[in-house]
Amino acid sequence: MKKLTSSMLYLDDVSVAFDGFKAINSLSLVLEPGEMRAIIGPNGAGKTTMMDIITGKTRPDRGSVYFDGDVDLTRFDESAIATMGIGRKFQKPTVFESHSVEDNILLSMSGDQTISSLLFGRKSIGEKQRIDEILATIRLDGLRHEQAENLSHGQKQWLEIGMLLAQNPKLLLIDEPVAGMTDAETVETARLLREIAKTHAVIVVEHDMDFVRDLDVKVTCLHEGSVLAEGPLEHVSANEEVIDVYLGR
Amino acid sequence: MNTGFIRTIGRVNFIAILIILALAVAVPYGNLVAPPTSLVYVPDYMVALLGKFLTYAMLAVSLNLVWGYGGILSLGHGAFFALGGYVMGMYLMRQIGDRGVYSNPILPDFMVFLNWKELPWFWWGFDQFWFAALMIVLVPGLLAFVFGWFAFRSRVSGVYLSIITQAMTYALLLAFFRNDMGFGGNNGLTDFKDILGFNLQSQETRATLFALSAVFLAGFLLLVAWITTSRYGKLLVATRDAESRTRFLGYRPERVKLFVWTLSAMMAGIAGALYVPQIGIINPGEFAPANSIEVVIWAAVGGRGTILGPVVGAFLVNGGKSWFTGLFPEFWLFVLGALFVLTTLYLPKGIIGTVKGFWQARNARKQSQKDADVPKDTSRPATVEAPAE
Ligand SMILES: Nc1ncnc2c1ncn2[C@@H]1O[C@H](COP(=O)(O)OP(=O)(O)OP(=O)(O)O)[C@@H](O)[C@H]1O
Ligand SMILES: [Mg+2]
Repeated sequence: MKKLTSSMLYLDDVSVAFDGFKAINSLSLVLEPGEMRAIIGPNGAGKTTMMDIITGKTRPDRGSVYFDGDVDLTRFDESAIATMGIGRKFQKPTVFESHSVEDNILLSMSGDQTISSLLFGRKSIGEKQRIDEILATIRLDGLRHEQAENLSHGQKQWLEIGMLLAQNPKLLLIDEPVAGMTDAETVETARLLREIAKTHAVIVVEHDMDFVRDLDVKVTCLHEGSVLAEGPLEHVSANEEVIDVYLGR
Repeated sequence: MNTGFIRTIGRVNFIAILIILALAVAVPYGNLVAPPTSLVYVPDYMVALLGKFLTYAMLAVSLNLVWGYGGILSLGHGAFFALGGYVMGMYLMRQIGDRGVYSNPILPDFMVFLNWKELPWFWWGFDQFWFAALMIVLVPGLLAFVFGWFAFRSRVSGVYLSIITQAMTYALLLAFFRNDMGFGGNNGLTDFKDILGFNLQSQETRATLFALSAVFLAGFLLLVAWITTSRYGKLLVATRDAESRTRFLGYRPERVKLFVWTLSAMMAGIAGALYVPQIGIINPGEFAPANSIEVVIWAAVGGRGTILGPVVGAFLVNGGKSWFTGLFPEFWLFVLGALFVLTTLYLPKGIIGTVKGFWQARNARKQSQKDADVPKDTSRPATVEAPAE
């Protein structure tokens, strides 16, 4: 059965349980093309698990997950989904520590290549330009030869966002991008994401409410695996239940 | 010489490769041409010993490719080495022809002894060198491919993978001990006469085998240097450090690993095939789990994840072994164990890795002091790193 929607991402009645514990409970969420969405919610609400389901890491017990209209994501694995155009930044920044900043970006743009082209291929002019662009966007051009392990926590977060851009996805899933960042870095990251959102669909998970306010987009609050409230931030943050379970902590 | 090429593989590595190639000429010269009184004279036993070390170094280089760069700790690489050795042994057995004890032109002695009437199918073709040469890489390669295909697809990694590689070599050990397997049982294959028509006992043949081993080792080092600097090599290291990250970028790490794993097994097979004619025997003992573990120690001592580390480690540890077992044979295993523990604790990057670390730190200091416009340097000589003694 084919489902045709006009949305970038379409989750309907999705559930997944770990040893009987329902981490995601009848979750529905729709993201339109070009939309940026902020997801908030208390620890353990299922935000990361939702990304696991979208990216093929976790298979839902129930429900449907469609990408780009009619692609049933539950039938594919991580690599296939990544190649289709979904990029993901992990909650704990994950970069290739023993490679230079530049090589991290380079490796992120060759995910669809065969072993032999990886062995024999040379860096093309186009790739060089693209690397320069991305490094400028994430403001790491001064550190391009630095080993990733020597970067600060915030710089690693940016590098990982740069790696997603290099992947050239249609949809970016970004899990807690400003954790461990200074205030200045946080402001800078919001600017960066707004920039990215001009040309990509984006889902951002974050606890930092100032940052979420800065993004100025529709907000979804998750709680116990389902949507508690959705809408503009003022609307969501005025919601009694949201204040009870999350904001009023 | 193309400087881009030297820069790609690293200046120190390049020099080391040249030294190994020079040995391929110098040692046979010292053995065959130089008079015994000469300074450069190399006695026969030394040719044999160093030749053996060269094949061990090749084995360590092949292990390092999967372990040092790919993070796959194989505790069964001795199996691929032994398989390559057996293939060569089968060819050498067929070369004996009717010069065996039982003078059977087709059947090797042990088959006559077992009352076998005809050559088993899996011995067909081994009278042809080209066929044997093909099998030297195909047999270990195929085993590795099948093994890796299942293991990597089911995402077996870390300790579990190490344990099943160890189980693999142990299973082969047991199998090859059996007479009815058709590989000479616990005696293995021996009493070889000649290779490609050249007498295996002659000084010239032995010197040639030495030279070939050196050339192959140099070739292996070039291959590893080239692979690890390619985009594939970078991906391999990325897979080692953050496998799931590569998946979410669209890569299939199981394929990345399967390629290097199979290639490495083929390299180990070639090492084994060069080892056997120089040693004169191959028996199931080569499959012993302890052998594979020793290879890991060579690579660890020399420095895994560096191009030259495994070569340095193989020569130092085996040199130490030859010297030490001459003095206190019963204590060698303790020394080896202690060596491994000490390396792990105090020299986790191995000899070459540590020297390289110092060197890079020193260069970085100099660089920041100068703060000049000199491009980031691979251009500076780094002779300290060359494998000494
Ligand atoms: N693979 C798993 N196995 C078992 N339990 C899991 C697994 N993944 C997630 N969980 C559980 O599911 C619940 C939701 O976790 P999740 O990581 O999605 O929360 P989160 O909303 O991202 O929280 P945080 O804000 O702390 O990151 C948690 O209780 C977690 O322990
Ligand atoms: Mg989370």
